[in-house]
Amino acid sequence: MDITELTVHELQDKLKNKEITISEITKAYSDRIKEKESDVDAFVTILADEAIVKSRKIEEKINNGELKSSFAGIPIGIKDNMCTKGIKTTCGSKMLENFIAPYDATIVERLNKEGMINLGKLNMDEFAMGSSTENSAIKKTKNPWNLNTVPGGSSGGSAAAVAANLVPWALGSDTGGSIRQPSSFCGVVGLKPTYGLVSRYGLVAYASSLDQIGPITKDVRDCAMLLNVLAGRDEKDTTSIDRPKVDYVEALKNDVKGLKIAVPKEFFGEGINKEVKAKLEEAIAKYKELGAEVEEVSLDIAEHALAAYYIIACAEASSNLGRFDGIRYGHRSEKGETLRDIYFNSRSEGFGPEVKRRIILGTYVLSSGYYDAYYKKAQKVRTLIANKFEEVFKNHDVILTPTSPTTAFEFNSKSSPLEMYLADICTVSVNVAGLPGISIPCGVDGKGMPIGMQLIGNKFQEETILNVAYTYEQATNFRANYKPEFKK
Amino acid sequence: MQVSREQLLHIANLSRLNLKDDEIDNYLENLQEILTFAEKVNNAPTDGVDETIGANDNYNVFRKDEVIPFEDKEALLQNAYSQERGMFKIPKVIQ
Repeated sequence: MDITELTVHELQDKLKNKEITISEITKAYSDRIKEKESDVDAFVTILADEAIVKSRKIEEKINNGELKSSFAGIPIGIKDNMCTKGIKTTCGSKMLENFIAPYDATIVERLNKEGMINLGKLNMDEFAMGSSTENSAIKKTKNPWNLNTVPGGSSGGSAAAVAANLVPWALGSDTGGSIRQPSSFCGVVGLKPTYGLVSRYGLVAYASSLDQIGPITKDVRDCAMLLNVLAGRDEKDTTSIDRPKVDYVEALKNDVKGLKIAVPKEFFGEGINKEVKAKLEEAIAKYKELGAEVEEVSLDIAEHALAAYYIIACAEASSNLGRFDGIRYGHRSEKGETLRDIYFNSRSEGFGPEVKRRIILGTYVLSSGYYDAYYKKAQKVRTLIANKFEEVFKNHDVILTPTSPTTAFEFNSKSSPLEMYLADICTVSVNVAGLPGISIPCGVDGKGMPIGMQLIGNKFQEETILNVAYTYEQATNFRANYKPEFKK
Repeated sequence: MQVSREQLLHIANLSRLNLKDDEIDNYLENLQEILTFAEKVNNAPTDGVDETIGANDNYNVFRKDEVIPFEDKEALLQNAYSQERGMFKIPKVIQ
């Protein structure tokens, strides 16, 4: 038995039956990282040795009854934009290359409370800006299915690590598709929760009104289990919502009979790869077979959403990234005598090209004379998009679309930033409207690369999309049929 | 809208970023392309639609104004380039 092949719920079963120990799990992952990390380059910081020490402590705590959680001793990987006390949090940037967070993000506290073990911090596009992880200033992460292709982004390290069995599950963050798109490219499950379900305290901010933290896992049951740990109101994040606790695992009914699935025809039109479309159509047929009612609808929002997204996200980023001045933390230039020079030089040296591009774009759309034409208009479009989703959800339970118009592309294959932005065309509208969305694998293309299906729910309807995803997964079992091959 | 070199430099200045000559040409081209795409928001039928303010509907989220001391000063200061007597040190501001 290869421990690293197992899902977390399988690990839990084996722990319960005393077939394996926590130390064995940690050791298996430590060995796996030694063997495969050099192929994938998913980690910014590896904590395998620390994890082994911690696993012994956790075992002690379990033995003397201090720790009772079923997650105690389960390893996890964390995207490198979530603060971990005493451990580097680089955000994939030269700006934060040596930044050691003085506190834990709320979600990291929650993992710690359960006794989970941090295996390391995972690579990402700098400040979560990108769709391929090529914008990382630290390293180039490869897609385990084909090492010549990107893992997607911005949570590329998280998705690649889960796909390559370097971690059993991981945390990602999603501002415009950054959990779902890399999950799609790497053939794993990724969920972006409803805005406000999960605390953002301690997440390095990119676009605060869009950012959400969520799970990236091997299967839907694991996804529901990790969401159980993450979800909930946090005093330290005023945008997190106080609502009754839900058990997302209980929502997995393996039944979609009578459920209404909307398929927006605009998400299957021009620009969507033929093989992607074909697999999605097979999935739709499968849902019909499973007893769901599928109806084609019109939801002509993708382009408006993408345009509004880049205006709003960059505007918020230009403000959020104003804090990096080289004084209290972050890269500090050796050049410059005056405070002003230090600001300019530290920022110009510390930020990479895409981050600068988005700061400039954001500053432009907020500047006097352009605010009304771009930012204000984009905020109206945002309402419009939310309204259009609401309209569809009046008569349907979920919306089904591709996660990405294509499968994973090769490195350096996008000729311009705008072309890269178009990779987010299927995912951004979900963030713009603040809805939950999940990506699950639904097959592979002719080259053996995974194809992702996105299921979008109404606000706080994670239970519905998880159940719909689970039912498909149980009926098709992608993991049993396909595995990443580390093609060179 | 056409972005001029001067406008770009003005924006870069507001953003506290120095741009090298090759960066200027590159960003001018990118910015123009992205803004042309972003202008698609103007085709959206938004008459009578309100702006979104905040991603969810909650407003006036209050909490008690309590001081919660953060004890680990060292952890905070270790990330600073320059410090003195438990404070961040910066160059002289008034010349």
